[in-house]
Amino acid sequence: MNIDTWVTIAASAVGAATPLVYAALGELIVERTGVLNLGVEGMMLVGAVTGFAVGVSSGSLALGYLAAAVAGMLIALLFGFLSLSLQTNQVATGLALTLFGVGLSAFAGRRFVGLPISRVPLLHIPGLSDLPVIGPLLFRYDLLVYLSVGLCALIAWVLRRTRLGLRIRAVGEQPAVAHALGASVNRIRYVAVLFGGASSGVAGAYLSTAVTPMWTEGMSAGRGWIALALVVFGTWKPWRVLFGAYLFGTVTVLQLYAQGLGVHIPSEFLSMLPYLATIVVLVLICRDARTILLNQPASLGRSFHPGS
Amino acid sequence: MREARRWPWRLERRARASTVMSLSASPLAAVAMLLTGFVALSALGTDPIKAFNVFFVEPVSSVYGVGELLLKTTPLLLCALGLAVGYRSNVWNIGAEGQFTLGAIAGGGVGLYCSQWLGSACMPAMLVSGALGGMAWAAIPAFLRVRFRTSEIFVSLMLVYIAQLLLSYLVHGPWRDPAGQNFPQSPPFSDHATLAALIDGARVNAGFLIALALAALSWWFGSMTAAGFRMRVGGLAPAAAAYAGISERRNVWLAMMIGGATAGIAGVCEVAGPVGMLQPVISPGYGFAAIIVAFVGRLHPVGIVLASLLMSALYLGGESAQVELQLPASVTGLFQGTLLFFLLAAELFIHFRLRSVARA
Repeated sequence: MNIDTWVTIAASAVGAATPLVYAALGELIVERTGVLNLGVEGMMLVGAVTGFAVGVSSGSLALGYLAAAVAGMLIALLFGFLSLSLQTNQVATGLALTLFGVGLSAFAGRRFVGLPISRVPLLHIPGLSDLPVIGPLLFRYDLLVYLSVGLCALIAWVLRRTRLGLRIRAVGEQPAVAHALGASVNRIRYVAVLFGGASSGVAGAYLSTAVTPMWTEGMSAGRGWIALALVVFGTWKPWRVLFGAYLFGTVTVLQLYAQGLGVHIPSEFLSMLPYLATIVVLVLICRDARTILLNQPASLGRSFHPGS
Repeated sequence: MREARRWPWRLERRARASTVMSLSASPLAAVAMLLTGFVALSALGTDPIKAFNVFFVEPVSSVYGVGELLLKTTPLLLCALGLAVGYRSNVWNIGAEGQFTLGAIAGGGVGLYCSQWLGSACMPAMLVSGALGGMAWAAIPAFLRVRFRTSEIFVSLMLVYIAQLLLSYLVHGPWRDPAGQNFPQSPPFSDHATLAALIDGARVNAGFLIALALAALSWWFGSMTAAGFRMRVGGLAPAAAAYAGISERRNVWLAMMIGGATAGIAGVCEVAGPVGMLQPVISPGYGFAAIIVAFVGRLHPVGIVLASLLMSALYLGGESAQVELQLPASVTGLFQGTLLFFLLAAELFIHFRLRSVARA
């Protein structure tokens, strides 16, 4: 094992983590307004198939990503309409969104299975990208990796420092008070749900155009659920969620490299690692009741009806 | 009252839940799903009348077809019965697919390695072993929830992927049929380890009768026993339940164990029935479709029996549409998701009604 191998592993971990970053940051905003959208997996799949299909047909990946974000928003709107306007049970509605997204993406993507697509181009920054170790570790990713870190910083800043962030937090903690103070609870929640949809859509598109540049049915393989778990793991704080995503990216990639590292375990057991790791981190974070009580948005999962 | 001025209608809570809506929510949702489906199919250029025939009439117009309908109803019904017990008491087990897989592994293992030794006791032993396998898998989220307050939603779902990988490992490795030309599958089950067909000319087996018996048992448990009552209270009013000394831990354990057992039995019935061996994929997502069945059946055993028949018809219709209309199999999933959305919207009107603002 030389240093180059470790650098390669670290760099691929960042790639594997990026869809989780987008999906989890989107869901973080949704949950901070008190809404639990369990449909991330479905929205990711719809984003993945849309991004791929539009990317292949138009030849423009930028257009693909735009379409993926819009598609994610559209089916998030369905969730929003049911859970916010009609006040259906958020858990059941989110599950419905995931099941629907799985079916819809498989249906829409049937003509795109097996088609090739060229990966999102990696950036080459003159000078920096050519540095030894630091170059491949920090300066040879595609634009979306940098944007995901930027998004994390933006979300952290908005939540802590801006009026909008205060409103988001108020709606998530005490919707009745926020309503009394003149904030439109459901309007803020709608915006958050749409943002979550766009973000999950982009996460999906990154899967089908960068992590594994192709489309297959159900290709997210539970990543939407892992992203949901990451929000809990990160105690609803953006930088911790980002850290958690990179941790998971590392687990995912290590499992792929494990055979090469001389670990002789059947591949199925190695593939279980990300799912096992999700359970383990959830247990670790939930073990102390105060961690959840202090950090979980107080109104998470509850509908808000101004009249009642 | 900014909102009131913008919308001509508003939602108003009913004084009491509407019985009419409570009974008609699921049929309404099914009709809405059919209408949407046919509008969508016509838009895609398929003749909707022909599509209706292909979907719902042709598949069940023979004894074999009716048998297939009941055959596919079995796993859906079994899984949904167990899930509904949980959902009634606010326990969100969404990993029936994993418990189904573990049941198939545990029951299938008995069938593969003990059938000669057990003889005609093999099938009952497989069912018990499968139920225990499903329960063991469901015990993990149950334990983690009562001990560490970890969400059973995530844990039970993660365990689905782990169970599928475990099955894949077994049929690629230690349990692979040496005479199977390197296909990833176990040897076929012997006669003692196979559920025989109930009627000539169809594949439906005793699993369907087991499922019906368990539906009756589940109705008795839910409405006639104290444990069933405690679970309903725990779901409807957690605070009142806690005040009355109803143990949440007990409810969680009971719900998860029942869910695990029924899903495990479903897994055994599937591999000992139509599949006849263990292979990497043993279910087209029955465990997930059962979530929809539980909701569409309004968490009531009678409703769940009807809903599982409907869902089974969708699977059959999807297969027949694949052959005759060249539609992809995924159209079934699309119908299922749409059905659940319509149901959730329709359920709203059990507790709310629309009133025009002018009248109010």
